[in-house]
Amino acid sequence: MTAALSIKNLHKVYDNKFEALKGISLEVQPGDFYAVLGPNGAGKSTTIGIISSLVRKTSGHIKVFEHDIDKNFSAAKQELGIVPQEFNFSQFEKVRDIVLQQAGYYGLPRAKAAERADKYLKRLGLWDKRDTPARMLSGGMKRRLMIARALVHEPRILILDEPTAGVDIELRRSMWDFLKEINAQGTTIILTTHYLEEAESLCRNVAIIDRGEIVQNTSMRELLTRLNQEVFVFDTSTVLAQAPTLNGHKVELKDEHSFEVEVEKGQCLNRLFAQLSEQNVEVVSMRNKANRLEELFVSLVGNQLTGEEGE
Amino acid sequence: MNFNGQWVALSTLVRKEIRRFTRIWVQTLLPPVITMSLYFVIFGKLIGSRVGTMDGIPYMQFVVPGLIMMAVLTNTYSNVVSSFFSAKFQRSIEELLVSPTPNVIILLGYCAGGMARGLLVGALVTGVALFFTDIQVYSWVLTVTIIILTSLFFSLAGFINAVFANTFDDISIVPTFILTPLTYLGGVFYSVSLLPDFWRYASQLNPILHMVDAFRYGLLGVGGEHVYIAFSGLALFTAVLFFVGLHLLKTGKRLRA
Repeated sequence: MTAALSIKNLHKVYDNKFEALKGISLEVQPGDFYAVLGPNGAGKSTTIGIISSLVRKTSGHIKVFEHDIDKNFSAAKQELGIVPQEFNFSQFEKVRDIVLQQAGYYGLPRAKAAERADKYLKRLGLWDKRDTPARMLSGGMKRRLMIARALVHEPRILILDEPTAGVDIELRRSMWDFLKEINAQGTTIILTTHYLEEAESLCRNVAIIDRGEIVQNTSMRELLTRLNQEVFVFDTSTVLAQAPTLNGHKVELKDEHSFEVEVEKGQCLNRLFAQLSEQNVEVVSMRNKANRLEELFVSLVGNQLTGEEGE
Repeated sequence: MNFNGQWVALSTLVRKEIRRFTRIWVQTLLPPVITMSLYFVIFGKLIGSRVGTMDGIPYMQFVVPGLIMMAVLTNTYSNVVSSFFSAKFQRSIEELLVSPTPNVIILLGYCAGGMARGLLVGALVTGVALFFTDIQVYSWVLTVTIIILTSLFFSLAGFINAVFANTFDDISIVPTFILTPLTYLGGVFYSVSLLPDFWRYASQLNPILHMVDAFRYGLLGVGGEHVYIAFSGLALFTAVLFFVGLHLLKTGKRLRA
């Protein structure tokens, strides 16, 4: 099967000699919901910039479905919808005009463009704002406008660069539902995000990129199974002077009414509670410490970050 | 992108550009009309009545082609330079760059928008001029060709200026320090035959002088000894600017990282 997106040995060196990408390669299959994770400056936006033609690659190959961007970028662009990180529409144009213009730039006849623009403005809750200049919209509305604009030519791949940055929780959840819906309808979605919960909740596959290199490229399920340690937080009614002693567990006192315990995945907890009872520690509640994926992410890129600080 | 798609993209871009300058007509259309009306009243009517004739025609008639030309070229230039630079500044140019719209359509679209404003202002100024003097067009073909070619030339120049500009100051340098002096010294208000030999020959290096001369010849049928040289030169330099503009878009200079 032809990959929706195929990147091979992609390099980018900026004019100031900064090497943003050091030969990354990845493949995204049609219909996938794919996350690209990485710290600031890792090369995520540079990669998206090259795919969308806003950044010139130094070397490497990119194919969008069967279209090589070096040979037929025009056909490749027809397959792509791009939602950038920064707002990049005219602040003085009206909402509907912005979407209609984008449809026109993709060659959609006026009547078809109007039909599509109205459909996506309604679906994304912007219909009431269709005649409002873009500068009058809230931050969340501006993000939704960029999604409507990216979808108006109905691309087979939607690429979103930090789509929910600065968006409140309720709106973020509704955007997730919308993205899941269009993914279920067949649109391949590639997403960069800082919210690891977002990637965990939405994406089936993930690439972790750091300092211009891919450090992990696997399924989300596979990534999460690598976590064999879980941390539970226990709240107690007993006042604790020191952390309880629990054989086979690492324990850390947080304050006089709570402590954290590291537990191996799948391990029986009965013995742990028995030991607590023996030490007269009354537990009133316990919870899993979030966020598991965040811990893994830090473990994958954290050492290098620490190394950087030390240099 | 097929031909129909390219046509849709071009008409979308031109429509957007026209909507932009008509939406802010108080800034774009009204000021040149008021300024040119003042020129007609002061230079044409009040001073012109004392000047008498210039190159064998009433002074009022003499200044009309130059003032129309001045309005067209300054408005064409400023429309493209400000619109394209604003799109760069707000990053809305990315809407076009990520789309499959070919570079030639982007260039033609912005130029057509600038030409639409320049020619509309030119028509309005011509309308105002008719309140002050009669105009019997000597050659419609030459008049229309030279005004279209001139507006295309200055729209391309404005586009190239906008690509290189980094700040709003950069888009006002050329109009202030190059275009305005060349226009005022380009035979709009006087005939170069009045100048001493040195300045008369030096004036021949001013391209706007030849544009105004050719337009005056097309409109009134006076002068125009070198009209075909002016026409050929303008066509040649317009072609050069067109390919420079296209090259800048293709290489992505100042547009793509």
